[in-house]
Amino acid sequence: MSEALNLVLNPEIDASQAGPHFMLGDHACAEGALYAGCRFFAGYPITPATEIAEYLSERLPELGGQFIQMEDEIASMAAVLGASVAGAKSMTATSGPGFSLMVENLGLGYMMEVPTVVVNVQRGGPSTGLPTLVGQQDMMQARFGSHGDTTMIALAPQSPQEAFELTVHAFSIAERLRTPVLVMMDEVVGHMHERVIIPPPGQIPVFQRRRPDVPRAEYLPYRPGSDLVPPMALAGDGFAVRFTGLTHDESGKAVTTYDAQQLLVPRLREKILRNREAYERTELYRTEDASTLVVAYGITARAARRAVDLAREHGHPVGLFRLATVWPFPEERLRSLHDVRKIVVAEINLGQVVLEVERIAGGYAQVTHVGSAGGRVPSAEAIAEACESAAQRSP
Amino acid sequence: MTAGGVTSTDQSAGPTGGVVACELHPYDHLLRYEQLPHIWCPGCGIGTALGALLHGFEHASVPPEKRVIVSGIGCSSRVVYYARTDAYHTTHGRAIPFATGLKLANPDLKVVVFAGDGDLFAIGGNHFIHAARRNIDLLVVCINNFNYGMTGGQGGPTTPEGALSTTTPFGNAERPFNLPSLAAVVGATYVARWTTLDVRRLQATFTEVLTRHGFRFVEVLAPCPVSFGKTNKIGSGAEEMEYYQALEVLKSRVESTTPVGTDIILHQPIVVGKFVDYERETFRDRYAHLVAKAKE
Amino acid sequence: MRKEVRFAGFGGQGVILAAYVLGRAVSMHTPMHATMTQSYGPESRGGACEADVVVSDHEVDTPEVERPDILVLFSQEAVAKNLENVRSASLVLSDVDLVRLDGEVARKAVSLPFTRTADALGRRIVANMVMLGALTRASGLVPREAMEAAVAESVKPSTRELNLKAFDAGIRL
Repeated sequence: MSEALNLVLNPEIDASQAGPHFMLGDHACAEGALYAGCRFFAGYPITPATEIAEYLSERLPELGGQFIQMEDEIASMAAVLGASVAGAKSMTATSGPGFSLMVENLGLGYMMEVPTVVVNVQRGGPSTGLPTLVGQQDMMQARFGSHGDTTMIALAPQSPQEAFELTVHAFSIAERLRTPVLVMMDEVVGHMHERVIIPPPGQIPVFQRRRPDVPRAEYLPYRPGSDLVPPMALAGDGFAVRFTGLTHDESGKAVTTYDAQQLLVPRLREKILRNREAYERTELYRTEDASTLVVAYGITARAARRAVDLAREHGHPVGLFRLATVWPFPEERLRSLHDVRKIVVAEINLGQVVLEVERIAGGYAQVTHVGSAGGRVPSAEAIAEACESAAQRSP
Repeated sequence: MTAGGVTSTDQSAGPTGGVVACELHPYDHLLRYEQLPHIWCPGCGIGTALGALLHGFEHASVPPEKRVIVSGIGCSSRVVYYARTDAYHTTHGRAIPFATGLKLANPDLKVVVFAGDGDLFAIGGNHFIHAARRNIDLLVVCINNFNYGMTGGQGGPTTPEGALSTTTPFGNAERPFNLPSLAAVVGATYVARWTTLDVRRLQATFTEVLTRHGFRFVEVLAPCPVSFGKTNKIGSGAEEMEYYQALEVLKSRVESTTPVGTDIILHQPIVVGKFVDYERETFRDRYAHLVAKAKE
Repeated sequence: MRKEVRFAGFGGQGVILAAYVLGRAVSMHTPMHATMTQSYGPESRGGACEADVVVSDHEVDTPEVERPDILVLFSQEAVAKNLENVRSASLVLSDVDLVRLDGEVARKAVSLPFTRTADALGRRIVANMVMLGALTRASGLVPREAMEAAVAESVKPSTRELNLKAFDAGIRL
């Protein structure tokens, strides 16, 4: 096999796109992947995520990468894991119906500890639902979709610019923590054009996975470092690794016992929870004196920001707590807003992330929900109204 | 573990855990002793097939660090725990797409998918036909024991018509896949079938097929004495081997890309041999050529 | 300042490209902000088709267009779909040969022969560029130079000259 045919696994950051663009959200996400060094994409066409695949089918080969359209989303998810164990930064992109199929091997990636990035450009559901219209209805599936106990990391961009940035970020989190990371976009962000400024190479840090620094004979593929993340040897490195979805010991040997399970599965969870600084991103807007808070993410956060201004025009001290990282929920950051007594969660579903907010803040704040079954972003007016009536309600 | 042929005094790593120093088998260094004993039943054919594959790796001179085995779920898929290669134990039916990504990301590796008939052709059937169609550069080894062994002998996509299993208590009403025909028709560039009786032919086949390129398929008919053999009154592992010995018909020449007469019918002759062997451009090569052409 | 612009017509009339050019002109060639959204699905391949651009001197908060300030109409169906908007918009731009506006029309209505002008240039497909020229002049929303630059960047190099010619013809309509 000639060198020329091999994938570029340690790419230089592509500088050709640096600068301003008027860019589709889906394309910005794809560019974010390339900036992060993604050189393998496997996927299956689905509205409203297809533009990511189309874009990468053209861009990846230019950069020495590989695009492949698989037979379904199950295969796509399997392929990106396979590419990752061979050293490629990999990504797939889909929407609800395809995400349902990916969840199977998403669990494998979590258990096997394989970094990869999965984008879900959310549309309205259930089932085939609203292919071309917006939803944020897969948030609980992102968090709990896999069987068994998993602790997933999910980001939610609010604009094409952030689709770029959070996708870069998603790769770094995946590589740093050796785990799949979800980018939970939505149809409006994916299908919207806006100015996107791609920074020059190096401006956004890009993390590479830690490789073994011990002799081959001593290497254990699941022996964690102090951050609970095991360094990762690649296929072909000569370590004869065993990676598996079965409960295993540090050597990768299948050990299907209670004791092995208690060592492994809690460690996988702790690995995520203990490294919050690696992925937790939130934004506060006008919260200094706010006793009422809107919690929102993705496209809904933009309506929520306007709602904050509207409510304040009417004299209500309302602020915005925007989640760029939705899972694991940044709960300490929410709790740190001591003056908040009313919380309105705005999201395009019938009540998902609101359940987590109730769990965290239900003891000290009244929590209400603004949303719909999908198809449209809640209006700023509707969110503002919910804030105002929450603010006026007696505690 | 030390290399083959060397006398070991490392008793703790030995399969018996005994205290007697033992002469190592020449292929012991290809196995992970610490994982033994294996899970397979007495008389099972999977170990024989794995041994032949390891022989193939050695004789085809595949460098140890280039050997990768990807498996799915089932008895056959457990080979990844015993073979000293890079080994990936994936989900049920998904070994082929996982291996597809792995191979495309590092085309220098020799990637073998090793799994059972239920894994590869029921839950994983769609992946098999598409990987073959694309001509992904993989060797797929199917241990066909005509049933789901690990879960206790349920019927599957290769269970012969009329055969008994725990889910076909009145006999199997379905027509099984003819795996060599299926593989050939969807684009495999190398197709062979042997039984675990044919150890030397299996060794020669793996040695040869590991030097070929493209989507290659080797079916290994293997006894499952505690499930399929017992239920269908074929008997023990040895008796199932005798069954093969009596019924095997060797097809000694590759005549075309469409194997004929390879249906498996209970108590009827079983055609074995190499059926397909040709080269066509693999997906990765074709992709690279098209990209290079576009760049010109 | 926030201005909402809607382009409505049939798929294939270049409605989406027109919105893209406007959004690009704002985003790439002015300090203002623009957000473009469009109708998706089979509509953009022949049925009713709409694309919206929000232009703002602040970052655009919500990209949804409920009541466009500027409405560009390329078909009679688009009028029917936007009856309320025709009344409320401050500027309605339409193709005089494709659209009839009766009675209750907006504060400012401009009916011009976009398609006919494009035909005269030899390619009906550039009617959207003729319209963008007219829009630039009638709305004063974006400087002409910004629009011209965006037109040039948004079309194939081989058709750049024709598209710019069409844009220029639109300005002079």
